[in-house]
Amino acid sequence: MISGIGQSAVGRRLGRGGLDLTIDASLAAVADAGITLAEVDGLATYPGGGMGGPGFAGPGSPEVQEALRLKLNWHSGGIEGAAQMAAVHNAVLAVGAGLARHVLVYRTVTESSEQGTGGRQGIGMGGLGMGGGGKAPKMGGSFQWNIPFRAYSAANWLALNAQRHFHEFGTTPEQMAMIAINARRNAGLNPQAVYRDPMTLDDYFASRMITTPFHLFDCDAPVDGSTALVVSAVGHAPNVDHPVARVDAIGSALRGRPSWDQYDDLTTMAARDAGAHLWTRTDLTPADVDVAELYDGFSFLAMTWLEALGFCGKGESGPFIEGGERIALAGELPLNTHGGQLSAGRLHGFGFIHEAVLQLRGEAGARQVPGKTVEVAVVANGGGPIAGAMLLTREA
Amino acid sequence: MADLPFRVLPRLDDENRFFWTAGERGELRFLRCQACGYYLHPPLPRCPECGSREVAPEAVSGLGEVYSVTVNHHSWDGGREPYAIAIVGFPEQADLRMTSNVIGCPPEQVCIGMAVQVTFEAHDDVFFPLFTPVAASG
Repeated sequence: MISGIGQSAVGRRLGRGGLDLTIDASLAAVADAGITLAEVDGLATYPGGGMGGPGFAGPGSPEVQEALRLKLNWHSGGIEGAAQMAAVHNAVLAVGAGLARHVLVYRTVTESSEQGTGGRQGIGMGGLGMGGGGKAPKMGGSFQWNIPFRAYSAANWLALNAQRHFHEFGTTPEQMAMIAINARRNAGLNPQAVYRDPMTLDDYFASRMITTPFHLFDCDAPVDGSTALVVSAVGHAPNVDHPVARVDAIGSALRGRPSWDQYDDLTTMAARDAGAHLWTRTDLTPADVDVAELYDGFSFLAMTWLEALGFCGKGESGPFIEGGERIALAGELPLNTHGGQLSAGRLHGFGFIHEAVLQLRGEAGARQVPGKTVEVAVVANGGGPIAGAMLLTREA
Repeated sequence: MADLPFRVLPRLDDENRFFWTAGERGELRFLRCQACGYYLHPPLPRCPECGSREVAPEAVSGLGEVYSVTVNHHSWDGGREPYAIAIVGFPEQADLRMTSNVIGCPPEQVCIGMAVQVTFEAHDDVFFPLFTPVAASG
């Protein structure tokens, strides 16, 4: 179960170090879980120190252990697994196996400060000195099959998925826009969100084209911030002074080829596998879900998750979200209630988990789903060949 | 060939050299299982279909079809935009496909289902397999 959550300041160019932000989030999560640092005996993070481009990784687990002087029975950091939330999955497994009783899990980004005014870099391009006249190193490994064709970014790779979806199912840009517009509407109620001004369909279409069909407002917003949570043994629940989020099921399957362009069905990608897997591990069904926090690193990804998790049929996410009412805060399936990564900021997966827990606890303030107690929340992370899902339930 | 776009070059090694240099002979080559005929891309040391380790490069026709395409407008590398990034599928095998660029026509004219054929862009010893519309390439 998730016994505690915490978040640092979140913003554009906070100018603070990743470790500094991580300490804020971690101390908040530990206090929220009703424990002390001395009781934390596990530590997990995604993606681990030193991974990716500038500001992507945050501090590695040894740095956080050192800073907080944790005495650990189990620790883990890594980028491979069922998306960003793999760190949470690992923590759940460690607790379930009895290796740890309270695992601190965190994800920290300082991409906004690191990217400065230089704009966003492509995946795999961090530190290559692109555009600065520098000679780029040669590309080996899996990136040699896309980056030499000037397909530098996940924006390009996932745009190819979206275009295929549009082609096969008649999905429209107006439908996809509802993911971004819904996120912005919810962000307006979230004081931690980085983009809170109302956005109209005209505003959306006026944003510049990045790579068809993705406009700028289909792409998430790099931020600085840290999100932490504590995964505890279920026996700890009575010691906590608020409802906890029980991890009812994990979806971690990956059955297609683990590749951006070789996966068998470009219109679903790996979300299909993790989504289907999730429902094999629970008695709950999509109809039981009160709130959905689905990865929107690009708007289209939230659509693939709606399909993968069975909220609508394959290829039907366009009509499902058309007009935006169904996914609004007061709709039948409230989606990305904090504003998603598109408007609340790219906390890279963990923002969705944090929000799901807040909703389950009834602590989401102005953006709390109205008219019902949120009993079941689904969280999904990842896009392309990277996908993980979790079903969380309220335990008062 | 003047006015080449900037490209990140692949790092050639014993596993990928056949692919990146075959354009010198005007060929698009993929690894193919010599036991069951399955094309492997990206390259692997063992056929995942039949388990044979008898895999060797073979030329394909170079004809293909655009399976998906995006027109990139954002400046990632300081080069010219817009340009078309496509996943091209090949008639030789249903799941044989690769990411590339379609050149030789305005990028917004590239569409899913378009018939294309390979062409090569040489950067030193690397020959990038790119694609042009069949009708426009004469």
